[in-house]
Amino acid sequence: MSKLTAAIVGSGNIGTDLMVKLLRSDWLEPRWMIGIDPESDGLRRARDAGLETSAEGLKAVLDAGVRPDVVFDATSAKAHVRHAKLLREVGIQAIDLTPAARGPYVIAAVNLEEHLDSPNVNMVTCGGQATVPIVYAVSRVIGVEYAEIVATISSRSAGPGTRQNIDEFTETTGKALEVIGQARKGKAIIILNPANPPILMRDTIYCVIDDPAPDVFDRVRESIESMVRHVQTYVPGYRLNREPILDGRVVSVSIEVEGLGDYLPVYAGNLDIMTAAAVKFGEEYAKHRLSVVKG
Amino acid sequence: MAEVQRISVTDVTLRDGMHAVRHQFSLEDARAIAGALDKTGVALIEATHGDGLGGSSIQYGFSKEDEEAYLRAVCEAAPHTKVAALLLPGIGTVEHLKRAVACGIRAVRVATHSTEADISEQHIREARSLGLDVVGFLMLSHMTETPVLVEEAKKMASYGAHCVYIVDSAGAMLMDEVTEKVSALRDALPSEVQVGFHAHNNLGCSVANSLAAIRAGAVRIDASLAGLGAGAGNTPLEVFVAACEKSGIDTGVNLYAAMDAAEDVLGPRISRPVRTDRASLTLGYAGVYSSFLLHAERASQRFGVDARDILVELGKRKVVGGQEDMIVDVAVELAAHK
Repeated sequence: MSKLTAAIVGSGNIGTDLMVKLLRSDWLEPRWMIGIDPESDGLRRARDAGLETSAEGLKAVLDAGVRPDVVFDATSAKAHVRHAKLLREVGIQAIDLTPAARGPYVIAAVNLEEHLDSPNVNMVTCGGQATVPIVYAVSRVIGVEYAEIVATISSRSAGPGTRQNIDEFTETTGKALEVIGQARKGKAIIILNPANPPILMRDTIYCVIDDPAPDVFDRVRESIESMVRHVQTYVPGYRLNREPILDGRVVSVSIEVEGLGDYLPVYAGNLDIMTAAAVKFGEEYAKHRLSVVKG
Repeated sequence: MAEVQRISVTDVTLRDGMHAVRHQFSLEDARAIAGALDKTGVALIEATHGDGLGGSSIQYGFSKEDEEAYLRAVCEAAPHTKVAALLLPGIGTVEHLKRAVACGIRAVRVATHSTEADISEQHIREARSLGLDVVGFLMLSHMTETPVLVEEAKKMASYGAHCVYIVDSAGAMLMDEVTEKVSALRDALPSEVQVGFHAHNNLGCSVANSLAAIRAGAVRIDASLAGLGAGAGNTPLEVFVAACEKSGIDTGVNLYAAMDAAEDVLGPRISRPVRTDRASLTLGYAGVYSSFLLHAERASQRFGVDARDILVELGKRKVVGGQEDMIVDVAVELAAHK
């Protein structure tokens, strides 16, 4: 079976974890890894895995005539603004893992099929991929007046890109709670915890629901449980820490994400949920495109 | 005769004190307290939700008043004193900061956990470009070894902080540790960058620790009226000023004005004075973020477990500031194992 070819831009934590996952894909073949630091661990691993590598950045590679079917961008929001333009000009599908949001938001568990024809899609944030599905699971049962999430990740899993642009995390995640989660208002908080051994990614999701009647809450609970099982199909380490709690009109859900340990160890579930979501979109896109071509 | 040491005092009644009143100060409370503080001679009045800009939330508790209205009320009521906001990157954003500047603040304190200073770069640089007096705030400094603290403080200074604080958020430090950590920062930072100290009174050492900090080179000290603050409270302003006078330290604060503000203005507005009860003492003993106190008490009642057990368990798990959501999770677990 033929596969679509993929390039990864950005050889940091996210780009490298993404590569490991793409190497297992039946639909996508990672052929290029593009960074800016020739000494980076990510580029070295890409070379070892047989990918073509470049430390000259995306523009130089495109100028040299390289044309992947799909480009995954794991750089920074600022860099992606430039990359989005370059990729649009040459008609290459962009899957954006930065918070730049040049294209529509995609939360893999919720609206994967909606944007298969969009030339640039944005994967929101790790916190968004982990928490928006829960808010959506609540809002498909009962109106959500306000959703608030608190994402706690281990310090070691937060690279320099995340650290220098922490506002983009809170702002983009908050917006996705509204746009995709369908809360009427959203707010996101992120905490870095330096404990050693590192903690697993952990998220608390609060939803203020319009009607807290017992039968409504029962349906909310079922909807959440079914959503957790759905996310587990592509992120096996995604799970509830405890039963959802209802306090007045506030539903509180606590989840934990254990990674697969593809690049960073299992504590970095935040990397996994982001890269797994991006791969899932890439595969759906490949199936869509290959079926269109064949059809 | 020894030279008189001059230091400046930042009052945190309207910010850290918010934890003790569940963030429920009204605009009228804010005006009255800020007006009284304006007459004391404190150098800076810090005001916001207890968890800083954007802190009003389910996680930390909603403020009674709108953030901007609160800041405007404080700035208007204290025309002679600079007003500061607290900002925790990850909770508050540069956007919040710009709105606070439009309300009249002239200083900001950017707070991170004591190993995570690099998440403050964006906010410290922006605050400098907005022309603010900028303080870097290294929270839960007791959890972090001195050489690491020094490196984190240097980062904040390199982004442009005018002053870097050792923050004893858990009230877990004793005088020797304060001396060691403050001296290390003083030795390592450029001379134009000041060093500050923020205490909590969970082990009854807030005034003594603040005096030790001054001896070690700190020139900015936090205090609050009657010690109103998270946990067993902060350094009580009026007590600290009196102790400084007796030690030959000039705080610029009028002792009687501070005493009157604490008793006549703040006193009638609080239903529960801060005190070193068993739960707040446990914060200092277990080294846990002081703001967890009222949340832990609530979880204790709701799930039928001792607040001390919750706090000690949180300490074991090395939970950091802002992780209030862990309180319910730990309480649920402890209740299940009973």
